[in-house]
Amino acid sequence: MDPEAAKFIGAGIACIGMGGAGVGVGIIFGNYLAGALRNPAAAASQFTNLIFGFAITEALGIFSLLIALLLLFVL
Amino acid sequence: MAGTDPIHQFNINTFFTFATLGGDGTKGSGVEFAFTNSALFMILAIGLVGGYLIFSTRGRGLVPNRLQLVSELSYEFVANVVRNSAGTEGMRFFPFVFTLFSFLLIGNLFGIMPYFFTITSHVIICVALALLVMTIVIAYGFMRNGLGFLKLFVPSGIPGPILIIVVPIEILSFISRPLSLSLRLFGNMLAGHIVLKVFAGFVVMLSSAGIIGIVGSVLPLGMTVALTALELLVAGLQAFVFTILTCVYLNDAIHPGH
Repeated sequence: MDPEAAKFIGAGIACIGMGGAGVGVGIIFGNYLAGALRNPAAAASQFTNLIFGFAITEALGIFSLLIALLLLFVL
Repeated sequence: MAGTDPIHQFNINTFFTFATLGGDGTKGSGVEFAFTNSALFMILAIGLVGGYLIFSTRGRGLVPNRLQLVSELSYEFVANVVRNSAGTEGMRFFPFVFTLFSFLLIGNLFGIMPYFFTITSHVIICVALALLVMTIVIAYGFMRNGLGFLKLFVPSGIPGPILIIVVPIEILSFISRPLSLSLRLFGNMLAGHIVLKVFAGFVVMLSSAGIIGIVGSVLPLGMTVALTALELLVAGLQAFVFTILTCVYLNDAIHPGH
């Protein structure tokens, strides 16, 4: 296979990992919303935890995006 | 296609060079100390934040006017984050955290404006900030707790044999913190601006295809507007996330026991 083509295929495959981060972020915000609707009084105090979990989850998706960007522009 | 190249916007242009260390005089050799567009926008961001805060609080009114209110609200906002995440003892790091937050927020927001350079879309800026945070965490952790800081890697209430597995995981998670802290900010800003530029490129490409193309280019134009709104959210959120994580890591340095 042409190495250039393999690079593009690899970048595409690497981006699949972002789907997992998407599912994770959806679960975090969905569960936060479900909890917030059950107990709205406690929702504001958990906002920091929500953002914290979102950030940790999102970082994993960014890692796979980074691999794709490295494949496309650096390697 | 230089106009629609999505990577072109991240180019660093040298305005003038102060000095070149080493090298043999040819272009590109040695270490160049140059004033670039990145440096210009960093100075602009710091100048804007510092200038605004000094200008708006010069009256020191007991009842704040509108300008002073913005300064006080942003102070209270960051102070609450520090107090909630790192405790009252973490307030000694408040000046650092506030500087970090305002610099990142203004830097990210600058990036959305046309023809403005996004300083946080360069990995070196984000890595430098993240390493600064981690250096402060490690230095202050050892300064305050001595070797007790290493308790961070040994969660309490876990039986001995399991510690063999847990301690390497904790160490690995600590090492990956500066990596994820910097790459999150960098990746978000880079990806967001590439997507913006790609959709803006669609408008140019479509509108060059005759009257049907011009009518059709309304769709990517609307998408660009919507994505700009999303980028506005991301810019604020990522500055906030960086601040919160800094506070959480500082909390580990102040209270290392789990």
